[in-house]
Amino acid sequence: MAEQPAILAEGLKKYFGNVKALDGVDLAVPQGTVLGLLGPNGAGKTTAVRILTTLLQPDGGRGEVAGYDVVRDAQALRSVIGLAGQYAAVDENLTGRENLEMVGRLYHMPRPAVRARATELLTQFSLDDAADRQTKTYSGGMRRRLDLAASLVAHPQVLFLDEPTTGLDPSGRVDLWGVIEDLVEEGTTLLLTTQYLEEADRLADQIAVIDHGHVIAEGTADELKRKSGGDVLEVSVASARKLTSAVNALADLTAGEPHIDKRNNHVTVPVRDGSSVLVDAVRLLDKARVKIDDLSLRRPSLDDVFFALTGRGAEDQTTESNGESGKERTRA
Amino acid sequence: MTTATATGTAPRVAAPVIRGRLPVGWVVSDALVMTKRNLVRYFRLPNLLVFSTIQPIMFVLLFSYVFGGAIKFSLPPGTHYINYLMAGIFIQAVIFGSMQTGVGLSDDLAKGMVERFRSLPVARSAVLAGRTLGDTVRNVFVVLLMTGVGFLVGFRFHAPFVSSVAGLGLAVVFGFSFCWISACIGMSVRDPESAQAAGFIWVFPLLFASSAFVPLATMPSWLQAFARNNPITHVINAIRALTQGGPVWHDLWVSLAWIVAILLVFVPLSVRRYRNAV
Repeated sequence: MAEQPAILAEGLKKYFGNVKALDGVDLAVPQGTVLGLLGPNGAGKTTAVRILTTLLQPDGGRGEVAGYDVVRDAQALRSVIGLAGQYAAVDENLTGRENLEMVGRLYHMPRPAVRARATELLTQFSLDDAADRQTKTYSGGMRRRLDLAASLVAHPQVLFLDEPTTGLDPSGRVDLWGVIEDLVEEGTTLLLTTQYLEEADRLADQIAVIDHGHVIAEGTADELKRKSGGDVLEVSVASARKLTSAVNALADLTAGEPHIDKRNNHVTVPVRDGSSVLVDAVRLLDKARVKIDDLSLRRPSLDDVFFALTGRGAEDQTTESNGESGKERTRA
Repeated sequence: MTTATATGTAPRVAAPVIRGRLPVGWVVSDALVMTKRNLVRYFRLPNLLVFSTIQPIMFVLLFSYVFGGAIKFSLPPGTHYINYLMAGIFIQAVIFGSMQTGVGLSDDLAKGMVERFRSLPVARSAVLAGRTLGDTVRNVFVVLLMTGVGFLVGFRFHAPFVSSVAGLGLAVVFGFSFCWISACIGMSVRDPESAQAAGFIWVFPLLFASSAFVPLATMPSWLQAFARNNPITHVINAIRALTQGGPVWHDLWVSLAWIVAILLVFVPLSVRRYRNAV
């Protein structure tokens, strides 16, 4: 237990004018584990990553990565980390191989090692065929992969991935998850930010939910799900007018804030006890003359957890970003 | 790709870690890696090279043939306009070329390249130095090309060879200092289109209200006062003297002082912008 965490943040603060981007964030990521930093846009995820990767200076608190202080030892710290930011930051006029070799040279690795590593990564990321093409000809998914490969050139001890799958299609996302899982098996410590609960659920050992610059919950995916108060009842009603009646009818069973989705005539209700809930629900809804299309009981997802914690859906505030072209992306 | 695993053929080589100051060797190598990256752009984007050289060629031809006839009466007797004009053309070419520094940097900023570079153990000066040096190498090429085009339409050196080469060198060094002004603009406006526009707005009056294309004596007196103290006038007069003969030293010293002053102001300013850029 005496082992030093690979990433440590204590009371990190960052203000932009009056906006408290980070308002005292504490994190501790043990070596070789994955922390999922989960939160909506503007929650402070990227700011935390930027401070821990020395791009921004904190206004308060302190941070350490691999034992290096983010302010005092910034220069040394940069040699042991890899960062893949929100943009697929690859030079369009260079080939995939040249991009990787340039990054290797900038880590001051010896030339032969750089060359070997570039070839190795291009194979690992299925970019061999495109290795010697300029990256302006790459698809969005290929750029993302190359960007991730670039962050791995120097076998970093600690890797930071800021929304690595944003802008990818579902199959590209699943592919990238596979690559990230392989990395973690090799012992890399990873801090991953995401808006996708599914992603955090699948990749992270520990999850920290961040909102308005605070960590509002922490734990494994299972622990967080348990915190949200047990199972979730999902009700689809035949008519939108009956949504309120359904919620009222189920009041006795309800253990948390119901989530009403008017567009889909759908209500999600956290419930206390799993055993007889379904039978009770049918009885109560029938008594209130609410005609139902579908009724199911399930374990809570991280989506439900996020809603329970913040009172809104995790993806309510997200904006669609397009991975095809860097030009189409706008700064948040 | 889900089945991809590390091939494991190459030994795991991590980056060397140095606490404290970066070794000079690293600083130099970082700048060179960046310079190379920026020069590759010109070879990969032939259009960029073609259009950025066509423009000055066009100016040589238009000025010497369109205005040459009218302006020659304002020149000292016996002076060919092309020999007067070329110093102005050199400076125009390097200044327009230096504007690319800001455009390129703001593009790097917008596309997240600066963020990537700043997360690497790279000397803080490298990204800016690589850009300004890359554009300076390009400026050398453009100045030589302009000299060639000038020769075809009658331009000749009338000073010793070494002095003439020094004149061309002065144009390039002055361009280098303008690259840093441009870098500062690029790091401030943050998008390539604005960098392009912001770069040119102030350059045109500065360039035209100088001795670049016409003798100062033909201008209204209030403008003469401005033009006489315009650093571009001093640099162009120095280049004219270095390539055509005549008194050099005063204009040369003033030019060098301006170059040093511009660098002293804009290098630290640009580096600070870079350090705070995300």
